[in-house]
Amino acid sequence: MSKPPILTLADITKRFDTQEVLSGFNLSIEDGEFFTILGPSGCGKTTVLRLIAGFEGADEGRIMLNGQDVSKLSAEKRPVNTVFQSYALFPHMTVFDNVAFGLKMAKVSKPEIAERVKEALATVRLSDFATRKPHQLSGGQKQRVAIARAVVNRPKVLLLDESLSALDYKLRQQMQMELKQLQRKLGITFIYVTHDQEEALSMSDRVLVMHNGQAQQVGTPREIYECPNNLFVASFIGEINVFNAEILENLGDYRYLAAMDGFKREIHADRRFEAGDKVHVLLRPEDLRIEYLEDAPDRPGFSGKVLERNYTGQTLDSQIQLPSGQTIMASEFFDEDDPDFDYSINQKVWVDWVHGWEHVIKAES
Amino acid sequence: MIRIFKSGFLGLIFLYLYLPILVLVVNSFNESKYGYDWKGFSWRWYEKLWNNDALMDAFGNSLLIACLSATAATVIGALMALAIYRYKFPLKKTAGSLLFVVMMSPDIVLAITFLVIFIALGIQLGFWSLLIAHITFCLPFVVITVYAQLKGFDDNLLEAAQDLGASESRIFRLIILPIILPAVISGWLLSFTLSLDDVIISSFVTGPGFEILPIRVFSMVKVGISPEVNVLATVLLFISLTLVTVVTLLMKRKTEA
Amino acid sequence: MSQSPFRRFIIILTLAWLALFVLAPHFLVVLTSVMTPDSEHLAVWPMTLDAYARIWEPLYADVFWQSLALSAKATLICLLLGYPFAYIVAKMSPAWRAFMMFLMIIPFWTNSLIRTYAIKLLLGNKGLFNWVLEAIGVIDAPIQMIYTEFAVVFGLTYILLPFMALPLISSFDKLDKDLIEAGHDLGAGFWQRFYHIVLPLTMPGVVAGCLIVFLPAMGMFYVADLLGGAKNLLLGNIIKNQFLVVRDWPFGSAFSVTLIVIMGMMLWLYYAANKKVQRMGGLDDQNL
Repeated sequence: MSKPPILTLADITKRFDTQEVLSGFNLSIEDGEFFTILGPSGCGKTTVLRLIAGFEGADEGRIMLNGQDVSKLSAEKRPVNTVFQSYALFPHMTVFDNVAFGLKMAKVSKPEIAERVKEALATVRLSDFATRKPHQLSGGQKQRVAIARAVVNRPKVLLLDESLSALDYKLRQQMQMELKQLQRKLGITFIYVTHDQEEALSMSDRVLVMHNGQAQQVGTPREIYECPNNLFVASFIGEINVFNAEILENLGDYRYLAAMDGFKREIHADRRFEAGDKVHVLLRPEDLRIEYLEDAPDRPGFSGKVLERNYTGQTLDSQIQLPSGQTIMASEFFDEDDPDFDYSINQKVWVDWVHGWEHVIKAES
Repeated sequence: MIRIFKSGFLGLIFLYLYLPILVLVVNSFNESKYGYDWKGFSWRWYEKLWNNDALMDAFGNSLLIACLSATAATVIGALMALAIYRYKFPLKKTAGSLLFVVMMSPDIVLAITFLVIFIALGIQLGFWSLLIAHITFCLPFVVITVYAQLKGFDDNLLEAAQDLGASESRIFRLIILPIILPAVISGWLLSFTLSLDDVIISSFVTGPGFEILPIRVFSMVKVGISPEVNVLATVLLFISLTLVTVVTLLMKRKTEA
Repeated sequence: MSQSPFRRFIIILTLAWLALFVLAPHFLVVLTSVMTPDSEHLAVWPMTLDAYARIWEPLYADVFWQSLALSAKATLICLLLGYPFAYIVAKMSPAWRAFMMFLMIIPFWTNSLIRTYAIKLLLGNKGLFNWVLEAIGVIDAPIQMIYTEFAVVFGLTYILLPFMALPLISSFDKLDKDLIEAGHDLGAGFWQRFYHIVLPLTMPGVVAGCLIVFLPAMGMFYVADLLGGAKNLLLGNIIKNQFLVVRDWPFGSAFSVTLIVIMGMMLWLYYAANKKVQRMGGLDDQNL
């Protein structure tokens, strides 16, 4: 992209007491993207958000916003706004006054405030609720007021802190759609923090996966899902099967011969390995194919027995135990025309995967 | 900078709260009767207090009333909190409002309501009137403390106990009481404190046969200066601090066990 | 559920105690206030509103207003000291906060009358304050502090400050930190956050604190007696005189009923403040 990033965090270090939550943390976010910071609780994602908002000051490093160094600027002076996890609506003010608050603080003229609040409430489809108090609203409505209260100020960047986590499943799905549409419509950069990988994948242009205060991987949802950088990212984003393997021979053109659990097989990787390298071969459950052992052809694959099978409506998920003791998960789309499509527990099966769907990373000890 | 300002402000507030008490304690050891200048350390006023029978009596009576009323208020208040928490009964809302009235009423109003009812009921002013009045004005504080604790715990526990065949009084003894014990203890301490501190209500419902501290002290200090009072304050402070320390330590041991 | 004896016992205990020692006495005081004073039987029929009329006699009305003014001053000072104090304490770690509360309670164990006497020792012409001021050469002759209105306000503030601080601490405690951050986030500076967010949301604590300081202050006759000299400064002095010396019970009761009415109005204010904030403030009686 040719445009300069809207937001840059450079070499940020943040300590609470003596504990270092972030060290030398870097991040660069493009103008107008929906960016999600994903990670388990305690990984430092909320701290990143609070640093950007200005609720916390970094011990070291710089934060550049729209070409301006805002590191020393207090929260009230930064052109960013936050949608709080708890919504943090002022309980003693009406919806209108809540949304108007930021504009009032910025000394915007009364007629303009009325105009912009009206517009913001219309955007979140709450035009009829202007005179209500927060306690008279449902969770989803509060959520939308919180969003309106933030976007009405036309911030350069909108920060959302686990904003949907308090809603129930159905409403959350609906709000995900709405958020995404809103972001496209407004063209504001959204930075969304969540621990929910499904939410992250479905809404974002780019995702940052964090763990223990470290950035693990930044990329599009597809990159993150299909080509995880390491085991943490791989296992945090959805189910994944990890097989240990050793590279035996470089076949050229990123193809290798690898020794796996009792067989040899050609694998494909997107980086260079040498013979003797230990690697992990990562396979999503839906990449695996299961066949009855009786039909097992004379080609490489795992043999195993079915431990548990679970019919979910769309897929049939099977847990299969390999002779090594490892348990793997396979997920197949239900095919009602296939008479053989079902297994009984303890049945012996043969497991293979679609060639080229494997993802190979360097082994981690 | 802000830190210094904050600590300074806190310091000032506590100076305000403690300076008078400090003056009392220091002067209780002062040889001089008029505590304006230090004339040397002395136990003189302690002896004088010890030999002042009327004052010692009032002192003992005050402690007695404080202990008894705190204990009774704690027992009755805990039962009230339980009744309000656990049962539905007519006039429950009214009961809550009455407790609220007691808590919010100025002492002088409570004092005359007590006086009027004791006269109307023909209760002799003295020990019993003091005890009942002190119990009553301590009650709401115990109820609130215990109720808050009750509200924090799981209803299912009680239902499980009931399901297992425990009677109401056994449920109280075996399940509720251990759970509310910390609240009961802090309710007791609060009641003890309020009872010991009270002047106004005691002044109205006391009688000639049973004199307690504030009435005795009032007549002593209204005109002049009484060094025994300094001693009294010091001793009171010492006794209360010891008492609270013992209770706190016991509680700690209990929770650690 | 069957009516167990235990259950019946504690319900009856609750209702009986409150009816006998709270409801009936209040009712009797109201009743007494409309009776005729009598030297032998304290109060007799017929019904009369004389007592209420007499409150407005200049002699008593003056004390009434003076008492209101003194209480208001003490309440205001308590609020000005207690509010920042509560703010600082509420922000501390739980252990520190508990310690601060403990420090506030300790003085109570010396009995408020004795503490009032201690203030007399501070403010007297030969008291600590004058002694210090003279020693450092600020004054040549002692300032008359004792037996003035200043001394009474000083004493009332001293006795009542903890009562102001406690509900304030609890309402600062309930103040959601996110709301303050939302204020920051939306561009509000310190005073704007204070005026638009902190003050309205701690209002229930402010009203509760004022409620439990203002009215009791009017009744503290011993503070006026010890620090204000022999004048009838507070409503409490009048009420005490009427009940224990003059023995005009209806008149004394009428004053108390007036206090109760003022209390009712302030309680209404408290509920209104709470309603505005939409949650209970310092004194959570909603569930009682």
